[in-house]
Amino acid sequence: MSTTPLKLYQVGTFAAGNRLLDPDERTVQSSTQRASSITSGHRACRGCGEALAARVVMDAAMRAAGGRLVTVNATGCLEVFSTPFPESAWQVPWLHSLFGNAAAVASGVAAAMRATGRDDVRVLAQAGDGGTVDIGLGCLSGMFERNDDVLFVCYDNQGYMNTGVQRSGATPAGASTANTRPMGAGIGNAFGTGKSLPRIAMAHEIPYVATATIADLHDLEAKVEAAMALHGARYLHVLVPCPLGWGSDPSDTVRVARLATQSGLFPVFEAEHGTVTRVARIRRRVPVEEYLRLQARFRHLFGEPGRPDVVAALQAQADRDIARFGLDPEEES
Amino acid sequence: MKLDVRIHGRGGQGVVTAAELLSVAAFEQGLHAQALPSFGSERTGAPVTASCRISDLPIRSHDPISQPDLLVVQDLTLLRDPVVMAGLPEDGTVVVNTNRDLADLVHGGLVVGPAQRWVTIPANDLSRQLLGRPVPNTALVGAVAGMTDLLSPEAVATAIRRRFAGLGEEIAEANVRLAEQARDLVMTTTAGGDVRC
Amino acid sequence: MLRQVEGSRAVAETVARCRPHVVAAYPISPQTHIVEALSELVGSGDLTACEYLTVESEFGALSACIGASAAGARAYTATASQGILFMAEALPNASGLGLPMVMTVANRALGAPINIWNDHSDALSQRDAGWLMLFASSNQEAVDLHVQAFALAERLSLPVMVCMDGFVLTHAVEEIDVPGQDEVDAFLPPFRARQWLDPDEPVTIGAMVGPEAFTEVKYLMAHRQLRALDDVSQVARDFAAAFGRDSGGLLRPYRTADADVVVVALGSVLGSLADVVDELRDEGLAVGALGVTCYRPWPLDEVRRALREVPRVVVLNRAFAVGSGSILGQDVRLSVPAATKVHDVVLGLGGRPLTHDVLRRLVLDVVAGQVGSDTLTFYDLDHQRVATELARELADVPSAGGAS
Ligand SMILES: Cc1ncc(C[n+]2csc(CCOP(=O)(O)OP(=O)(O)O)c2C)c(N)n1
Ligand code: SF4
Ligand SMILES: [Mg+2]
Repeated sequence: MSTTPLKLYQVGTFAAGNRLLDPDERTVQSSTQRASSITSGHRACRGCGEALAARVVMDAAMRAAGGRLVTVNATGCLEVFSTPFPESAWQVPWLHSLFGNAAAVASGVAAAMRATGRDDVRVLAQAGDGGTVDIGLGCLSGMFERNDDVLFVCYDNQGYMNTGVQRSGATPAGASTANTRPMGAGIGNAFGTGKSLPRIAMAHEIPYVATATIADLHDLEAKVEAAMALHGARYLHVLVPCPLGWGSDPSDTVRVARLATQSGLFPVFEAEHGTVTRVARIRRRVPVEEYLRLQARFRHLFGEPGRPDVVAALQAQADRDIARFGLDPEEES
Repeated sequence: MKLDVRIHGRGGQGVVTAAELLSVAAFEQGLHAQALPSFGSERTGAPVTASCRISDLPIRSHDPISQPDLLVVQDLTLLRDPVVMAGLPEDGTVVVNTNRDLADLVHGGLVVGPAQRWVTIPANDLSRQLLGRPVPNTALVGAVAGMTDLLSPEAVATAIRRRFAGLGEEIAEANVRLAEQARDLVMTTTAGGDVRC
Repeated sequence: MLRQVEGSRAVAETVARCRPHVVAAYPISPQTHIVEALSELVGSGDLTACEYLTVESEFGALSACIGASAAGARAYTATASQGILFMAEALPNASGLGLPMVMTVANRALGAPINIWNDHSDALSQRDAGWLMLFASSNQEAVDLHVQAFALAERLSLPVMVCMDGFVLTHAVEEIDVPGQDEVDAFLPPFRARQWLDPDEPVTIGAMVGPEAFTEVKYLMAHRQLRALDDVSQVARDFAAAFGRDSGGLLRPYRTADADVVVVALGSVLGSLADVVDELRDEGLAVGALGVTCYRPWPLDEVRRALREVPRVVVLNRAFAVGSGSILGQDVRLSVPAATKVHDVVLGLGGRPLTHDVLRRLVLDVVAGQVGSDTLTFYDLDHQRVATELARELADVPSAGGAS
């Protein structure tokens, strides 16, 4: 059993948060041995969910890979805020090629490792929702379908944040973005558009698909570890609130992510070979309104006259996913 | 006649909007103007620069202003960056958003360039009082208008009303008042001679 | 009406007044404000009978325009940089099929290294794709060129690209006369496709052509491109008559008469160049500028005529061909007498500002004989930085043949 050097001493004991846990159960982030794959000093906004998620994902993956990890990054906020010339926040080998090709570039890296006998080096690709569900989908589907040995992580902030908050195929209905402004009778982003990439990934029957949020970092780490324990194509979809694009307070980033799961709007689950194997049940169910009201992108749905019909339709969407994935706390007996 | 203004601030402070407001006010007054943001790939809080050219002749060039007549500094901490003061001539003017007074800034080593004219304006405080939030840009636009005596209060008000129309009349009018207050403030504090150090 | 407005907004409003039926666009800096404004104009009902498609990539954007144009609709898109490269396969397809459409390119550098700022490497990389390419020297011209572009595209049944400098023009707020709806309606007749997917009269668009006719088809394409030069001039003349101002056309000469030195350039730098020309003329130097508005097709005869008597020509390249040399400079060299000294300079790459001082110094250096005329000169290069890096690289490289 490895021990973690402790720096905290309080209430007369060494107890501090998850340091009470067995070392195996502690978060990677609580360890002073963590890789710090992304160092401080990068240029993300205050309260950026994507920066938090990337840090946790990378450190967990580094631990799982024993430090033998290469990462490929699509164009987007993460890439831009972490590498302002002449600086780089990355402590791992990192390659940015283009916006839409991260999955294929990662496939190439994995193939090279295999061909040159360096199978111990693991490959992790990362992209925003735009680089995943829209422009990157073709390459990603190819990577899935060939079952290439790559873990692909999508940081879903539900829009093209890097270019100034335009709609993506992951933007929820009712959201105002730079190209879906609620004008006239409009509601913002239309219903009946967009897609669920986790379910598309599942349709490829790849070994592992999971969703997570930054509201539960322990769960996020556990999923990275579960994914890294497997080989072949794996997909992790992480919901990461963006204060700038969502118009939420930077101090509310984690809260907003939690409300996304507790309202049922963002189902958290794991699937293997196309079948859901585990879901994170809702602990305290909240109406979607509680989630929506914290975000300026939904402001037009409230107040006078507001759009109660749109809020109701979003509630129906949450209810449908709660039923589809069995997220209801009540069902637990 | 020409006035080249360069505005330095941080993402989220309305730097680009300030340059635009100045240019629209100048246009309203029958002058020629051009607002040019210099965009970086930076996020909220990072330094941002914008320029505004005002002239009685048509403006043909589109290069960023390298020799400003007047600098607006929306965030005091930026004064430590040499880029901010670059190109300001000896008789240039600096308007700083701060509630500290000039002597205090001199003491803190923030005032450089002895021959330049410095004006301080507590734009954040004014904005907090009128808007409930520290958004310094309209106050600084009002201050520039007052100091240069180039832009009438009406022209500034028109520019603000047009720009903030989408945010509702209340916010637009509060911003108009904010600009007027700042204008009055600089006109009284700088009356009777330049502040020099 | 003259207004103080952002370049992107003015272009979007002008495009809307051209009444496109289909707008398909994918966001990329610095084009975003144009397509965001168009989405607003559609959403607010200001632009009616228009479908705005939020596509999943630039390939999708241009492909949707191809489909729309083939179905008889007026189609528009906008992009920049990596986006135009992502369209690359569809670009010669649109021109090869002879489908009219208009695309704005908010000029931006190409990566790697990734760079969002202005130069001309994006558009110039696609110079052989068979599109007409017009470069705006100001926001007023950018606006006007869009009206002309739709007219040209439909008259010729060819796609037209309108290039405007990213950020420098797209994000500048200045006085612009945005043409009114009535004016545009009077100038631009409703679109009547030369051929379209009509169930009543079926046509086949995009058939395969083998070696027996491929060359001829290509020849006819080239021929049509060159003929388009007349139309570019004619449409600009018509525009001047209708709108009362000069915009577009093939070339934009500025005080080139009796000039000893003429600076040739594309895009918005012409504004600062004009200021520098005036200044140097006042100081007694016979300097002029020549803006190339129509870059493709290349107006060979007109350039030849404009530069025939000029002993020294400076070509301002904001993009270059790696491993070969200049791009615009090559076109210019082909258009001047052999004795003319052509000073081919690269500057203003990836957003490095082309200031008044830099331009002035360039002309003075040329006059003083400090800029060569047989090789490409990187004029605003940081020599110190490059020398340090080259020295480091040389030190790193193992000597050839291993241990010797
Ligand atoms: C081919 C191409 N088209 C468009 C762009 C412009 N672009 C860069 S990042 C980006 C959006 C990124 O969105 P997302 O993937 O969701 O990442 P985020 O910034 O939101 O984290 C866009 C549209 C590009 N770089 N390349
Ligand atoms: S825009 Fe959003 S995703 Fe990008 S750095 Fe800021 S908070 Fe993060
Ligand atoms: Mg995103």
